[in-house]
This record gives sequence, structure tokens and C-alpha cells, in this order.
Amino acid sequence: MNAYTLDRIQFAFTVTYHYLFPQLTMGLAPLIVIFKGLAIWKKDERWDQAARFWTKVFAIVFVFGVVTGIPMEFQFGTNWSAFSRFAGGVIGQTLAMEGTFAFFLESSFVGILLFGEKKLGQKLHFAAAVLVFVGTWLSGWFIVATDAWMQHPVGYDVMANGAVQLNDFWALVLNKWAVVQYLHNMGGAVVTGSFAVAALGAFYVLSKRQVEYGQMFLKVGVIVACAGSIWMLAPSGDLSGQMVAHYQPTTLAAMEGLFKTEQGADVVLVGQPDVEKQTIDNPLRIPNALSMITYRRWDAEIKGLDAFPPQDHPDNIPLLYYSFHIMVGLGTIFIAVMTIAVIALWRRKLFTANWLLWLIMVSFPLPFIANIAGWMVAEIGRQPWLVYGLYRTEHGFSPTVSSGNVMFTLLGFLGMYTVLSLLFIFLIIRRIHHGVEELNSIGPEQLAGGVV
Amino acid sequence: MLTAWFMIVALMIAAYVILDGFDLGAGIVHHFVARTDEERESVIAAVGPVWDGNEVWLLAAGGTLYFAFPVLYSAGFSGFYLPLIIVLWLLIGRAAGIELRHQIEDPMWHKLWDFIFSLSSILLAVFYGAALGNVIRGVPLNSEGYFFEPLWTTFRVTKDTGILDWFTVLAGLVALVALGIHGAAWLAIKTTGEVQARSRRAAGVLWYALLVLTILSLIGVINLREGILDNFSRYPIGWLVPVTVIASLACVKFFNAKGKDTAAFVSSALYLASMLAGAVFALYPNVLPANDPANSLTIENASAGAYGLSVGLIWWPIAVLMALGYFFYLFRTFSGKVAQTTERDPG
Ligand code: HDD
Ligand code: HEM
Ligand code: HEM
Repeated sequence: MNAYTLDRIQFAFTVTYHYLFPQLTMGLAPLIVIFKGLAIWKKDERWDQAARFWTKVFAIVFVFGVVTGIPMEFQFGTNWSAFSRFAGGVIGQTLAMEGTFAFFLESSFVGILLFGEKKLGQKLHFAAAVLVFVGTWLSGWFIVATDAWMQHPVGYDVMANGAVQLNDFWALVLNKWAVVQYLHNMGGAVVTGSFAVAALGAFYVLSKRQVEYGQMFLKVGVIVACAGSIWMLAPSGDLSGQMVAHYQPTTLAAMEGLFKTEQGADVVLVGQPDVEKQTIDNPLRIPNALSMITYRRWDAEIKGLDAFPPQDHPDNIPLLYYSFHIMVGLGTIFIAVMTIAVIALWRRKLFTANWLLWLIMVSFPLPFIANIAGWMVAEIGRQPWLVYGLYRTEHGFSPTVSSGNVMFTLLGFLGMYTVLSLLFIFLIIRRIHHGVEELNSIGPEQLAGGVV
Repeated sequence: MLTAWFMIVALMIAAYVILDGFDLGAGIVHHFVARTDEERESVIAAVGPVWDGNEVWLLAAGGTLYFAFPVLYSAGFSGFYLPLIIVLWLLIGRAAGIELRHQIEDPMWHKLWDFIFSLSSILLAVFYGAALGNVIRGVPLNSEGYFFEPLWTTFRVTKDTGILDWFTVLAGLVALVALGIHGAAWLAIKTTGEVQARSRRAAGVLWYALLVLTILSLIGVINLREGILDNFSRYPIGWLVPVTVIASLACVKFFNAKGKDTAAFVSSALYLASMLAGAVFALYPNVLPANDPANSLTIENASAGAYGLSVGLIWWPIAVLMALGYFFYLFRTFSGKVAQTTERDPG
């Protein structure tokens, strides 16, 4: 394999792995704020205990998010140096702002949130939870804005040496694509976080330990997950689709498996794309639906892949197609499960409906899959461009780093991340096993140092 | 404006070295100053709540470097490919060492993470020093503005040298010892009893090594490359740098011997800052000198566009003032000695 392919594999692997963690922290952060808020509002110590428990989980996830995030930042230079040289004058803005505005905020207040409860008192501790929430969501904003610029470049000039330079700060920071992508992506994080909370609640109720806390988790988790799942379909998922249809027609055609231009194109629900024959095997279609959802007309023309030169087609059409279908399919399932759960909760049947609790419990991994699939849609759909319409991926990798070196580091990352995964699973299971009640509220301050 | 960004990046790197330096340093001396499980726990507790914030200075400095000098970032990071990825792995190991240790109360589990914490801190310090050594020595940039260095070749400073040669190894040792002192000074502030006594002693002993290494490295620099001292003859104010180096080094010894831990820590911070300042001063306006001076990267040919940089001058001060605010608050919240109790979190 050449260096370019290995660079891509390494980046895709490390960023996908990284994103397993931030989606959970960004999803849990607002839930911790809710728990703390409920504790203060209802003057109920149990919600505090819930907040403490999830903060501990948050802390473990956060550490893994941090250590896997740093390699991402480095790789722009180590593996994508030609791209960095090309685009650094623009995306340097958002990357530097992420470091200075978001990471300082998060990392400082996570420590305070974890260790400072005794010292600060309830109100200030609540403020720390809010600041951690703001920090994680800000960092989401800047990185999404960076990615959005690569999807839909705005506010730049091309210079004589071929590199791009920023010419409009607000265009970059308030990129239309970034707004839509952010709304959708943060919704995805909330879905992950609330599924995790609901699933653990279901586990505690089913296993008849800490039933009280289990029910609290279920209540909050299920309501937030239901709202979040609907949000993923509409408005945010729909808007994302509109953006893609408008600005990346090749991506749209490939992710929908539309090989030929059609008036009144169908939505393919099920079917395997055959790129060689340019068809879909055993398709299950909704007639004209694609035209309807993209242009709000049943007979609108949608450009198929045949309308674009082959060298501009995404280079992995089947993976793109499956990623999109997995995301949307899972999204539909989420809405179904969580709507039933909310109705059951409302009719006071949720805590005894064992089949539903089982379903909620085992579905916690699915939002991770949906989020990763969503990013695959965005990133593979953007191919063969690194910056859509402007700069091809094959030009972006580091010219002086040999394939042998990339292979070495890729293997290193694979090994290291395998170990990290095992550790992570081990620690989280332990945390869950210890449960909510046994949590001692005075423990960690001693560790943290300082006058308690 | 380019000079301003050059200084800003240098300042942020200095902030990183001084702040993360003390928790790296704590890792370096960890096994020497803390022998029992409780003692080691107090070392971890002394850096626990702050190390992540400190490490963010690396990310912020890196992000700012990327923003202001993208050409330098891409040349430097791809040229130092392997050592940088190894640095990443070490950063992961260090973070795991600090954060995972207290997850399980078991002596073997503690031993494992103590070892990983310590080993990765030691290697990180050496790699950082060697990296700085490479920048001072110069690298084989080609006319396209790229280079690649293997880890080592013959350990001599020649045209096709590697990351490690005698000079950069020397720089790595300077960093190791200097950060070790810095960390020991921090621990002396934060701890009591045996750990504090051993930290003071460690700083005292390491000081002699640092003195020798500092002198050797200064001699090394002077003989390294022609014109390396040009800036000093051009702007005589630069001679303040070696004066500060020597003065702060003396202060470290003086305050350490008197048991004035905070003053010793501040002196060692000053030492680190002035060593860096010396390097930066000698480099300017280069940001990465090439073996063939025509290919050197300078603040002119490595920078981003003027518009973006001027926008940055608006948000950067705001962001950093805010960050300083958080740091002030964080360090105040966790000021004072680490409690020596053994009461623990059961989970
Ligand atoms: C829980 C996760 C989740 C769920 C249930 C959905 N999505 Fe999604 N989707 C994401 C998580 C996600 C994501 C991870 O957040 C992505 C990746 C990049 C981005 O901005 O958001 C994404 C991207 C993404 C894109 C590509 C945008 C681009 O190319 O940049 C489209 C068109 C949609 N989504 C549309 C939908 C629709 C119509 C859904 C209907 C249910 C849906 N998504 C459910
Ligand atoms: C966390 C969510 C993300 C995931 C899961 C993800 C996933 C991927 C995948 C799978 C690829 C490989 C595509 C291919 O080679 O066909 C890729 C490439 C890439 N992505 Fe992302 N990405 C994410 C976020 C981002 C962000 C936020 C940025 C920019 C700041 C980014 C920048 C890149 C770059 C530079 C490449 C390498 C060039 C390429 O192969 O396209 N990604 N990503
Ligand atoms: C190529 C793309 C990416 C880069 C360069 C990157 C960089 C980083 C870095 C350096 C950290 C560590 C910060 C610290 O020390 O506190 C980090 C953590 C984090 N990243 Fe990423 N990241 C990328 C993708 C993403 C995406 C797509 C998101 C979400 C939309 C995201 C959200 C976060 C969050 C919330 C954290 C805080 C730690 C955590 O919550 O786990 N990152 N990232």
C-alpha cells in the first residue's frame, strides 16, 4: 500500500475512534446540568447523587477523549502536511480558536466539577457543570466549523502560490454548512448520551439493584432520547440532506445509490449497490420520494452519478451508501423505540415493561454506530475532494513521509487503541458495578490536594 | 505583525514548558522522591487536577502555530514524523498513568501506572529537548520546504543527520534534568514530610548535573553552526539571556538550599523560560533553519495571510485572558498542600 492510502486509513481510524468519546461527553454534559439543576430545584439529594455518578463516568470518557484527540491535531501536520500548507491559512483560525477558547475552558472546569463540590457549594458547582457543558459544545462548534469549511469552502482567496487564505472571518465561523452540521451533530451527541443514561437505568431496574436510581435515569433518559431522535430526522436531518443536495450533488447521488439521472427519483430503502453494473440489487423503493424530500416536488429531476465525470465520483460508493442507510435506518428505529418508551412512561407502565427495558438496555451501542455512520457519510461523500471542489485528497498527504513509516505508526495506533479500548470497557463496567449509591461524596477531594 | 505572532507562539510554548514541565518533572522524579504507595499517591494528587489544563497549552500553542505559521507546522510535523507520533503515544501513556491509577485501589494496579507515568514523563522530556535541539541545529529542508529525518544516523552533526545526534541528545538531557528539578521544586511546594524532604534533595543533586549540562550545551551551540550568535552581536540586549540563565540557575540552588520552595520553583521556571528565550532569540527571524540557508523557513515565508493574522490579534488576547482567568481560579481552588490522608474513594 502506498503512503497516501495508509495516511487515509490511519486518519479515518484515529478520528473514528476519537469520536466515540466526545459524542458521549458532549451528550452527557447537558444531562449532568439537568441532574444538578433538578437537585437544586427539587432540593433532592438523590439528583445530586445522580449527577455525581454521571460526572464520574464523564471523567473517564473525557480522559479517553483527550488522549485520542491530541493525535488528531498532530496528524494535520504529520500526515497531511501538503493539505495543511494549502488550507492552514483558513482552518488554522478555527483550530486555534478551539484550543484557546474551548479546550482551556473544558479542561479547567472538569477538574473543578470533579473535585470541587465540597469547596464550592451547590450554586458554584452547578456553574462549573454549565461551563463544562459550554466548553464541550464550543469545541464541537469549532471542529464542526473546520470540517464544514472542507465540505463547503467559503470566505477565502486563492493566492499566487496556490494556498488559500482567509478573507472573511465571519463567513468561516458562521458558515451555513457549519450551522446545519452542528445542529445535526450535537443532536447526535445528545442521542448517544441519553441512550446511555436510559440504558443504564433499564439495567438497574431489570437487575433490581438501585431501582430508585434506575427509574430516575430512565425518566430523564427516555424523554431526552425521544426528543433527540425526532430532532435527528427533522428538522436537522432533513436540513443536512438539503445542504448535500444543494452543494454536493455527487454525494447525494452516491449515498442514495442513484446511478442514473431521473425525473421523480425513488428512495431506496433496501438494496445493495452494484457499482460495476450501475444498479441496485433487490431494491425496495418508495416511488418518487427522493425528489419529494429534496425538492418538495414528486417529479423533480435528481442528477444521478452519470451526470458527473467519473473522476469526481466518491471513491467508495458502496460504503457511503451503506453508511447513509444505516444512519437513517437506525434513526428511524430510535424514534420508534423511544416514542413507545415515552408513552409507556406517561402511562406509568415503563418500569414494569420488561421487554421494553431489555430493548432500551441493549440499544445503547446503536447511537455510536449511527454517529460514526453519519461522519462516514460526510467524509466519504466529500471524496475525492479534501476541500470540496477545490483540493483533491490525493494532493494532501505528506510528501516526505514514506509508506513504511505510516504503516509503523498505523500499527502502533491499532495496538495502542486496542489496549485503550479494553481499559475503557473494564473501567466503565467497574463504575457501573459499583453503582450510584455506594459513591462516597467526600472521596476525591483528598486526592485532589488542597485544603478540603 | 509577523514578529508579534512569532513572540506569541514562543510565549505559549514557554507557558507550556513551564506548566506542563512541572507535572512532567514530577513524573521524572516520581520513583525517587516517593517510595511507598501513599507517598506516590500524594505525588499524583499534586498534579492530578491541573495536568490536563497544563497540557492544553501544548494544544493551544500547536493550534496557534498552525494558525500563524502553517508552512512551518506542515514542514516540521511531517519532517519530525516518527518522534512526534512517539510523543503522542507517550502523552497517552502519561495521561493514563495519572488518571487511571486511582480508579482501582490495588497496589499492583498502582505500581503499573506509576511506572508508566514515570517512564513516559522521562522519555517525553528527552524528546522535547531533542526536538528543540533539532530546531536550533537546523534540518535538511529541501527547496519545496519539506524534509524528513530518521530517528538517528551516525549521531554526528552532518548533512544527513537524524533526530538524535550528540547535540540533540545533549539538549534532551538538559531538558530531562531541568524538568526534573522543576518537578521536584513543585512537589516540595505541594507535599510535606518525607516526600518534601526527598524532593528538595533531588533538586539539589540534580542541580549539579544541570550546571554541567548547561555549560556543555552552551559550548555545543556556539560550535554548532556558523552565524548562530549573529543576533547577539546585532542586538546586544540579547546578552541579558545568558545572564538570566546563570542568575536563575544560581537562585535555584540558593533557594533550594534554604528550603524556600516557592522561590526555587519560580527560579527554575525562569531558568526554563530564559533557555527558551535564548533559543528563540538566536533563531529569529528564522523559524526553522535549513542546512542550506536558502531553504530556511522564516516568519515571512512560513506565515498565514495578513488578514487572518490581524483577525487573530483580536480574538487571541480575549481567549488567553479568559484562559488565564480559569487558571487563576483553578490553581487557587487547589492551592495548598496535598492532604496526606489515606481516606479514599471506594469506587
Ligand atoms: C445519532 C446519530 C444520527 C442519527 C440518528 C441521524 N444522523 Fe445524520 N449524521 C449524524 C448523526 C445522525 C452525524 C454524526 O452527526 C453527521 C455526520 C456529520 C455531521 O455533520 O453529522 C450526520 C450526517 C448526515 C448527513 C450528511 C451531511 C454531510 O454530508 O455533511 C445527512 C444528509 C444526514 N446526516 C441526514 C440524516 C437523516 C435524514 C436522518 C434521519 C433519521 C439522520 N441523519 C439520522
Ligand atoms: C469525528 C468525526 C469524524 C469522523 C468519524 C471522520 C471520518 C473520516 C473518514 C472515515 C475519513 C476517510 C475518508 C476516506 O478516506 O475515504 C476521513 C478523512 C478525513 N477527515 Fe474526517 N471524520 C470526522 C471529522 C473530521 C473533522 C472534524 C475534520 C476536520 C477538521 C476531518 C478531516 C478529515 C481529513 C483531513 C481527512 C483525510 C483526507 C481524507 O481521506 O479524506 N474529519 N474522516
Ligand atoms: C480531526 C478532527 C478532530 C481534531 C483535530 C480534534 C482534536 C481534539 C483534541 C486535541 C482534543 C483534546 C482536548 C483536551 O486536551 O482537552 C479533543 C477532545 C475533544 N474533541 Fe476532538 N478533535 C477532532 C474531532 C472531533 C469532533 C468531530 C468532535 C465533535 C463534534 C470533537 C469534540 C471533542 C470534544 C467535545 C473533546 C473534549 C474531550 C472529550 O469530550 O472527550 N472532536 N479533540
